Amino acid sequence: MNLAFVVMLPFLGAFLPPLVERFTGNRTLLACGAALLPATALALLYAPTRQVFAGETLHSTLNWIPSLDLSLDFRLDGLALLFALLVLGIGLLVILYARYYLSAKEKAGRFYAYLLLFMGAMLGVVTSDNLLLLVVFWELTSLSSFLLIGFWGHQTGARKGARMAMTVTGMGGLALLAGVLLIGGVVGSFSLQTVLESGDLIRGSEWYPLILCLVLLGVFTKSAQFPFHFWLPHAMAAPTPVSAYLHSATMVKAGVFLMARLYPALAGTDLWFELVSLAGMLTLLWGAFAALFQHDLKGLLAYSTISHLGLITLLFGLNSEMAAVAAVFHIINHATFKASLFMAAGIIDHETGTRDMRRINGLWKYMPYTAVLAMVASAAMAGVPLLNGFLSKEMFFAETLDSHQLGALSWILPVGATLGGVFSVAYSARFIHDVFFNGEPVNLPKYPPHEPPRYMKVPVEILVALCVAVGVFPAITVAGLLAVAATATLGGNLPEYHLSIWHGFNLPLIMSFVATAGGVLVYTQRRRLFALRSRVPDIDAKLVFEGQVQRLGRWSAAITQRFQNGSLQSYVAWLIALVAVVLLTQLGKLPALSLDVEMLPMDGVAILCTAMLVAGALLTTILHRHRMTSIMSLSVVGLMVSLLFVRFSAPDLALTQLSVEVVTMLLLMLAMYFLPVRTKAESSSIRVLRDMLLALVCGVGVAVMAFLVMTGETSTISQFFMDNSKSGGGGTNVVNVILVDFRGFDTFGEITVLGIAAMGIYALLKDLELRSAKYDSLGRPWAKDAHPLILVTISRPLLPLALLIAVYIFLRGHNLPGGGFVAGLITSVALVLQYVASGVAWVHSRMPGDYHPVVALGVLLAGLTGIGSWAFGYPFLTSDFAYIYWPVVGKFELATAMLFDTGVFLTVVGATLLMLANLGKLSLLDDKREDA
Amino acid sequence: MELLVAIIIGVLVTSGVYLCLRARTFPVVMGLTLLSYGVNVFLFSMGGLKMDEVAVVGMSENPTDPLPQALVLTAIVIGFAMTAFLVVLALRSQGEHYTDHVDGRDDVPGRQDEGGEA
Repeated sequence: MNLAFVVMLPFLGAFLPPLVERFTGNRTLLACGAALLPATALALLYAPTRQVFAGETLHSTLNWIPSLDLSLDFRLDGLALLFALLVLGIGLLVILYARYYLSAKEKAGRFYAYLLLFMGAMLGVVTSDNLLLLVVFWELTSLSSFLLIGFWGHQTGARKGARMAMTVTGMGGLALLAGVLLIGGVVGSFSLQTVLESGDLIRGSEWYPLILCLVLLGVFTKSAQFPFHFWLPHAMAAPTPVSAYLHSATMVKAGVFLMARLYPALAGTDLWFELVSLAGMLTLLWGAFAALFQHDLKGLLAYSTISHLGLITLLFGLNSEMAAVAAVFHIINHATFKASLFMAAGIIDHETGTRDMRRINGLWKYMPYTAVLAMVASAAMAGVPLLNGFLSKEMFFAETLDSHQLGALSWILPVGATLGGVFSVAYSARFIHDVFFNGEPVNLPKYPPHEPPRYMKVPVEILVALCVAVGVFPAITVAGLLAVAATATLGGNLPEYHLSIWHGFNLPLIMSFVATAGGVLVYTQRRRLFALRSRVPDIDAKLVFEGQVQRLGRWSAAITQRFQNGSLQSYVAWLIALVAVVLLTQLGKLPALSLDVEMLPMDGVAILCTAMLVAGALLTTILHRHRMTSIMSLSVVGLMVSLLFVRFSAPDLALTQLSVEVVTMLLLMLAMYFLPVRTKAESSSIRVLRDMLLALVCGVGVAVMAFLVMTGETSTISQFFMDNSKSGGGGTNVVNVILVDFRGFDTFGEITVLGIAAMGIYALLKDLELRSAKYDSLGRPWAKDAHPLILVTISRPLLPLALLIAVYIFLRGHNLPGGGFVAGLITSVALVLQYVASGVAWVHSRMPGDYHPVVALGVLLAGLTGIGSWAFGYPFLTSDFAYIYWPVVGKFELATAMLFDTGVFLTVVGATLLMLANLGKLSLLDDKREDA
Repeated sequence: MELLVAIIIGVLVTSGVYLCLRARTFPVVMGLTLLSYGVNVFLFSMGGLKMDEVAVVGMSENPTDPLPQALVLTAIVIGFAMTAFLVVLALRSQGEHYTDHVDGRDDVPGRQDEGGEA
């Protein structure tokens, strides 16, 4: 039987209740639907339970992400079994209880779904055999508990409580993850088995203090240990079944579970003793003390839970094997009596309409049966003999007496324990006396209260029966389970101990007497204590927490506004500054700069062209306020760059650059029609200086880098392309073959981007109204001439010639410089020239003016060519070619790559014209408006 | 020659970056155009410089590196598309906000480092 399957059952079950709810409003049926899969899981555990009792540890493994050492490993040993039984058993009782607790109006389906989600997560935590997996499930319990606490999301308290629990336990979860990663780093594996066997390695590691602190942060936040205990009382805003399940029996036990789980790996050092026992002792005392002063029934139970969790933590902290056994024992006992008490509190709340103990009095008369159950459970909580709480409490007292780690101050432990016991008895007495006796009820919202529905009491009865059974016959009820669980906790050797009610008249028994007598005494003096307590101002954790959260929010908003100030200019400056920093840090790693290297010889033409390019670029920059002049200088730069490509054996690039240059200039001129002709001088001199500095750092950095690469040794993969261009791609122009064949997929992506940019421009220009300037910068009105005759006369015969050249360039592209990109650009230039010379209206009356179909057709053709190779069983964009003999022409090559190149061609033509023609139309609109 | 090309790249990048940092849309467009020239030449230069060694099979004994050329070729076209997009974006911004400031408005609150209008 697969363990992973059992863990997954509650997760699967989470889908069931909402489904059932869709078909029936019957609440019993719904609860049955929710209980179905957990019950199955519990039944499936029967056989494994026998194996575990026989001393086996069951494993199951599913590979998940092997490269991260993360696999779905589950294990079932005694400790996991104990918790699995608690999670599933109490979970089933809570489902039964919730059937009666939730009113007909509430979305019970959702509630059960959350509950089952939590159940699965918790089951995952306790059975994980991989620490990373454990952390994943750990976070899932935080998430599902957030959903459950916030179930009544219409109440502020529920929302805030849920948020607080989520924040505190979530941060703990992060710390735990860090701790687990460190453990993995030290041990070399995240497998629990390996980690448990490497205890000495971890404790000896220099990282041990950090690991311990991080893991304990996770533990203490989850198990509500001081000083992280404050979220638990606020989580009481949850529906009571949730409190009974999460906040007494299971989730808050995940923390102590983890301490038990990692006990062999982390415990046994002085640091462990100091941190764990100190936190435990403080939590024990503070929780017990605060519980007495709560007037809210669930508040009392919440603080009492904190206190008992502190007790368990303290026991683990004592570094003694016997104490660990006692801790495991108390986990079992506390789960049973506290879950039943929460359920009883829920019944009282349900039947009286309030949880305020100042109003609930004398319920003995109205609900005697519930009263008996609650009183037995309270007595177990107080540690009264013949009940389970007594047994583990005696063990606890004995262990505090046995610990001598504090030297001369060792007496503190038993004294603190007894003091905790005193308050524990006092608040238990209050729960019994205040609620069920102490006069008559005061002003109850529901009056008179009566016994709850029969089956609502069943879960309480079962749990109370367990308390008594364990308390009276420990050896035949709990001993077996405790033994296997404790063995698994300690990782082998179990100390000798006897579970029995009577150990003789010894010191722990005296401590119990003192605690009981003291507790009763404290309770009788409660009025005086309450008066004293009311003089001390209350610190409302919720207010403090919310204040901190809001302060954090304001702080981050202030920082965000500092950087996100809405100024694009400053964002660009930040980005470039970052680039400059990266450049500066990387330059240091490059070899030293030296001009004494082998270079190609310079010549006069090259120097002249460089000078012109540099002058052009500098003029563009310096004169950028005179926009027309600036554009003119820019065109010089573009031209020189084309020449540079010519000079350094890149004819394809030169052709492309030249045609792009033409369309770019046209584009800028068209835009100038609507933009101011001059730029105002508005930057402060400091800003100009700063920008110059940034620009110089970037420019010099890039230049140095380029120089070093050009003069240094390089290795290239291009020989492959040279060798295979002809044989594999069927063309001799390697650049073109790379574009349409070797890296055709890249080109396909690039023309898609081109198409998208064109569409974006089309969308941006739609319905845009712009007014052009009517006067130039000197106040003279712009000329309104029609299209110049000479340009018209020359441009018309040029069109067929240019198109012919484009076809030629396209066809030869596979073997000689040229190809789809260049041919597309030449065609665009030829057509744009007609627009310029004769106007938009003239052109559109002679050819269709819609270019987006052309773009779409181009991308589609390229894509279909690629897909076409699938039909022949080849990967996307595999090209093929053949030679055919045409009459007159002779041998001619046909390649599928040419079809692809046609797609490129169409996209380029379509996109370029779509951009320019639409911009041109804009001025047409403007002119029309003017004429009207 | 390598030195000249390095100087060209440096000047193009410096001018481009400086113009990109200006406040009005038009110089930014010019700056990006210069910057893309610079980047294209930079990428091109990564293959090393060779004169009269075209990367066509059979035309040269020791051809230049074709791979950077193929990369730069598409980069030129895409660079044009980006420039066009930016120009149109600037026009749209002008049409919507009646200003050609890159921030979409002439006075952004909290922008302390901006000097007074000169």
